[in-house]
Amino acid sequence: MNPKRVNNIATGVIFALVGIVVAILLFLIGYILFNGVPNISWKFLTTSAQAFSSGGGIRDQLFNSLYLLVLTLILSFPIALGAGIYLAEYAPDNWVTNLIRTTIEVLSSLPSVVVGLFGYLFLVIQLQLSFSILSGAIALTFFNLPLLTRSIEESLNSVSSLQKEAGKSLGLSDWKTITKILLPVALPGILTGVILSAGRVFGEAAALIYTAGQSAPAVNYGNWNFLDPTSFLNPMRPAETLAVHIWKVNTESVTPDAHLISSASSAVLIIVILIFNLGARYLGNHLYKKMTATK
Amino acid sequence: MKETQNKLLSKSKATREDYLGRSICYFCIGLIIALVVCILYFITTRGIATFTQNHVSVWGFLTGQNWNPGGVDSHGKPEVGALPMIVTSFSVTVLAALVATPFALGMAIFMSEIAGSKGTKFLQPVIELLVGIPSVVYGFIGLSVVVPIIRKVFGGTGFGILAGTIVLFVMVLPTITSLSVDSLKAVPMSYRQASLALGANRWQTIYKVILRTAAPGLLTAVIFGMARAFGEALAVQMVIGNAVLMPHGLVSPASTLTSKLTTEVGNTVMGTLPNNALWSLALILLLMSLFFNLVVRFIARKGSIKK
Amino acid sequence: MKTYNFDESYIADVPGEKEITAKDVQVFYGDNHAIFNANLKFLRNKVTSLIGASGSGKSTFLRCLNRMNDRIATVKGEIDYQGTNINSKNVNVYEVRKQIGMVFQRPNPFAKSIRENMTFALKENGIKSKDKLEERIESSLKEAALWDEVKDELDKSALALSGGQQQRLCIARAIAMRPNILLLDEPCSALDPISTLKIEETVVRLKENYTIIIVTHNMGQATRISDYTAFFHLGHVIEYDATKNIFENPSMQATSDYISGDFG
Repeated sequence: MNPKRVNNIATGVIFALVGIVVAILLFLIGYILFNGVPNISWKFLTTSAQAFSSGGGIRDQLFNSLYLLVLTLILSFPIALGAGIYLAEYAPDNWVTNLIRTTIEVLSSLPSVVVGLFGYLFLVIQLQLSFSILSGAIALTFFNLPLLTRSIEESLNSVSSLQKEAGKSLGLSDWKTITKILLPVALPGILTGVILSAGRVFGEAAALIYTAGQSAPAVNYGNWNFLDPTSFLNPMRPAETLAVHIWKVNTESVTPDAHLISSASSAVLIIVILIFNLGARYLGNHLYKKMTATK
Repeated sequence: MKETQNKLLSKSKATREDYLGRSICYFCIGLIIALVVCILYFITTRGIATFTQNHVSVWGFLTGQNWNPGGVDSHGKPEVGALPMIVTSFSVTVLAALVATPFALGMAIFMSEIAGSKGTKFLQPVIELLVGIPSVVYGFIGLSVVVPIIRKVFGGTGFGILAGTIVLFVMVLPTITSLSVDSLKAVPMSYRQASLALGANRWQTIYKVILRTAAPGLLTAVIFGMARAFGEALAVQMVIGNAVLMPHGLVSPASTLTSKLTTEVGNTVMGTLPNNALWSLALILLLMSLFFNLVVRFIARKGSIKK
Repeated sequence: MKTYNFDESYIADVPGEKEITAKDVQVFYGDNHAIFNANLKFLRNKVTSLIGASGSGKSTFLRCLNRMNDRIATVKGEIDYQGTNINSKNVNVYEVRKQIGMVFQRPNPFAKSIRENMTFALKENGIKSKDKLEERIESSLKEAALWDEVKDELDKSALALSGGQQQRLCIARAIAMRPNILLLDEPCSALDPISTLKIEETVVRLKENYTIIIVTHNMGQATRISDYTAFFHLGHVIEYDATKNIFENPSMQATSDYISGDFG
């Protein structure tokens, strides 16, 4: 066969492959949105779930997901920030640093179910935190730390080394230079990383089944005392999230309208993650422009 | 002069700041390392209890075909054969990677070599979005679309390795694609120009120059995809059927390591053999994840020597 | 490439009050020996140029003088400043850098407003009074010949300034700290001729108050602004003397080849 024909055939095959992938994608998004969105109503978002009858909503699950996300970010961001700064600015170029990087890679490649099981073993059983929002948030922190650390490190590394030299040459401590000069410049990248990781955390279920638990007990949204067991803010209560809810109604529950609930919940999940994705993009660009251009 | 000398030789606010900042960072990185050590330690000690406390033989565990840790067999011994789950896990992983790789490569070649910046601008966020879709959503679509189709075409329940493979294929596709795009884009522009200048056409350039230069990176991409498939739990668990049987075909219900773990951990009592046996499954998962990591490092080292 | 005998060098014993002295300074990047036994003394309120080809070690040497090579390279030897060896481990490097300021090859203002660029380090050093800060901003910007151009837009982002203005802002930022010594590492290499001229004028004016050491590629610049010149080649200080002597009557063959362009 002459090369020209091979070229044409190869190009054709590639276009076909791309076409199929795009079709799959469109189908996926279309399926979720077409099946899900019509079922999303204010009532669905604001009533609690029903175990044995149809018509249940996802109020508690949605709140649990958001609350867990907030707690996870509060726990993981400071640690990831410190670790990211260490790797980007302090780590010497030697075997110890190499070992540390390998360790973080190992953590990031662990299947989330393994992280969840470790959380169960360590938090729920060893530390006796029981199935609770707190256990879930810590498990998600384990899962979130390596990615967040890496994105913070990369954002810091992308700041020109000239900025660091400028700070140092004025007699500022390395710490001041990093926190007051480099971090503001790296902020758009860091924020993008945080928001993208928030999307992952929001959709995660495997790490939560045995840490945050699979039940959503009734809570009182008017009770702001977070030590009270009935308070919606109590971190020691079990909390089924939206993602876990989808898994549960599809595998274990006897809810008659499981399909409806899952498609609407999936749509909610995808829409929230889509908002996170677009938000990260927009905020990153916006902040970057604001930082570099004139006021 | 004396005053400046004193200033130069004594500690200042900046010294203390730096000390504090450094300590904070060391503490944070220390936490992460301690965490990883803890994970390895806990899962390993739990995972080997099956062999040390319950005296199950490692060989029997890895090659036994019957899984019934709660009961006993005809010899009065508990049956803890993990082979069906190991085989199923490997089958779905390898099959998903085999199916996904050509598509991912096609996408990657299209994005880095054929489409202009416009095509890439459209496909890039699309791929990112696909990566971001939670696994339960993939599982749900697998359950409500893939399984019924398989049921119609092949009969039976529809659950099984085929359904698992299809779901995992879609899940690892974006992972492999985006890593492949990165490694194709890392091939220096001069290679392309040199090849085209020698009279090679586009496909010859792609096939003989670019794909070969990027081979280590592409292999790494596939392995990352396999690692993701091997460790995926819920999406697979929802479509695989969860029957601990040696798989006899692609459309009979089976069970992977992860699916067994997600369904059973809550139903067993800590410290008993049924529970210990599950932790041994988790240990296999952990070891495989470390193995994938090692392979990636090995390829990276080989690849960098060639340069 | 011509080879020269590095055992021979000509270091003139320049008369005057010395500000900072390098004794047997050696620099290593890992196994790579970058500077061999540099012995130089720099005089107070004078401008000294460091010249030499790329890779001759002149910038590396300059960065030793305020410890900017810390954690990048190993620096051996002594650097005597005000009776203290500032290359010693127990010296407070932040204090050293406050007294020995530096301006870099490429302008590097902070991504903040002009005002914040000027005041950031001052505030960190405990100058809180608004009047004092305002006074410091104005006097430093005037010294760097930038005041008239920016006095009405101090709250504008420093990144909106032109390259030459940014570099003068960096000079102003450095002298706002009231250092004794100002190190300039090829401050004009990224600038156009007009901006270069402005910076040269500024440097000449600044030597009334500061000791200035400047690395330059441009031999014309060295003759125009500096009182003394040191010539570096492949990590060795080949010759050090009054600028006039170096350019009109060099003692070493290598120096004469370099300044006549018959080199390399």
